[in-house]
Amino acid sequence: MRRTRARTPAELVGADPEPEFRLTFDGRPIRGLPGQTIAAALWSAGILTWRTTRVHGRPRGAFCGIGACYDCLATVNGRPNQRACLLPAEPGDIITTQEGDGHAALEG
Amino acid sequence: MDVVIVGAGMVGAACAYYTSRSGLSVAVVDRGPVAGGTTGAGEGNLLVSDKVPGPELELALLSASLWQRLSEELPPGIEYELKGGVVVAASEGSLATLAATAAGQREAGVEAHDVTPDRLRELEPHLAPHLVGGCHYPQDAQVQPALAAAELVHSASRAGALVRPGEEVVEILRDRAGAVRGVRTNRGELRAPVVVNAAGTWGGDLAALAGVNLPVLPRRGFVLVTEPLPRLVRHKVYAAEYVADVSSGSAALQTSPVVEGTPSGPVLIGASRERVGFDRTLSVPVVSRLAARAAALFPVLADVRVLRAYHGFRPYLPDHLPAIGPDPRVPGLFHACGHEGAGIGLAPATGLLIADAIRGKRPALDLAPFAPDRFDATCPVT
Repeated sequence: MRRTRARTPAELVGADPEPEFRLTFDGRPIRGLPGQTIAAALWSAGILTWRTTRVHGRPRGAFCGIGACYDCLATVNGRPNQRACLLPAEPGDIITTQEGDGHAALEG
Repeated sequence: MDVVIVGAGMVGAACAYYTSRSGLSVAVVDRGPVAGGTTGAGEGNLLVSDKVPGPELELALLSASLWQRLSEELPPGIEYELKGGVVVAASEGSLATLAATAAGQREAGVEAHDVTPDRLRELEPHLAPHLVGGCHYPQDAQVQPALAAAELVHSASRAGALVRPGEEVVEILRDRAGAVRGVRTNRGELRAPVVVNAAGTWGGDLAALAGVNLPVLPRRGFVLVTEPLPRLVRHKVYAAEYVADVSSGSAALQTSPVVEGTPSGPVLIGASRERVGFDRTLSVPVVSRLAARAAALFPVLADVRVLRAYHGFRPYLPDHLPAIGPDPRVPGLFHACGHEGAGIGLAPATGLLIADAIRGKRPALDLAPFAPDRFDATCPVT
């Protein structure tokens, strides 16, 4: 079997993406590629969790990866409950860890 | 085997619960899973507020007390909440109608408190400011219907009931005199001298297998599910026009806003009614109307995301009353179906009445208004 030196999905398929851009996760800059989802950009940066559960505050990230399970919810540009596995990353996106339902402002 | 119950929705589950606890040997069959039909497609309302004095309200009041007892006997996972209902009026005219309805309900034993606009804001802080008043019904409650049906079936099964999901009844077996002696399913025969038709919206088809007419029709409704939210909506809240929509005989679309929170966070938004057969197409006009009306009642919902919509088919009988009790046309056949949008709430009383009727006990309520053959004069078998 021929060995390949490819190490990333982009290398494996011989992708030639447009230039990368920056977005932030909890204030920390990360890199995104055109066509990547938010979840892919976060994973590429080694970030596996970006939400805590409503009742027990447990960490959550991508589970099904195809938009069905709603586990990967994140707050994107101030808007909570965005499915990170479906939403394309855009230059300058501000992603923040979503705590619970992400609607603390409506409490009270 | 004493009884075969056809249907494992909430009504079939309640029939299984009460018949098996009364010492009868019971089987429950359903061509689908437990709560796979209308039960799994509702909001789990246990309401007295939307019923005017009469047989259905008596059934609802009996059920309300039975639900309280069930909430202590079944696991807390059924999400039973005695949250109360709040009916709101946007005009002096509809407020006057609401107050008159409430006065009649109070005489029939319903707790109903007239509510001023100030008190409305205390009960529901996020309600729109234009509402002129309302009525508070502390006896209204809610349950998670699929879980509650599953727990009732589970409890019946512990009491010895045989539970057979995924098994379709294809024939009702009769003896030479015409009396019921069981059912044939796609997997075999279940012999019993009593068959209970708890097939909900499909109850007319089951009645036809026994050669009798029961004109159950589907009345479609959509429910919107929002993203999980903090507790913004504390009661079941709906507009006064809802009661008129429920009792309408028209096949045309009716929508009136019905809004409620759930223990797990999402807000549920209803309610639409239309008779379009078993059409499962998503209707964008209906769901957008529901969303707009809910946002008019609770402006805070205007910026909230709706995650999904689902729909179900209420089992509609022409006079809006269920069919409960023995069928005089077929000895051994009992009906417990046709509860329209109130089946979750009315299920325990239905189950108890059926168990008593099977055992020959005097039922707690007069079954005459629910007589299964009452449509024969007006709706001949076709």
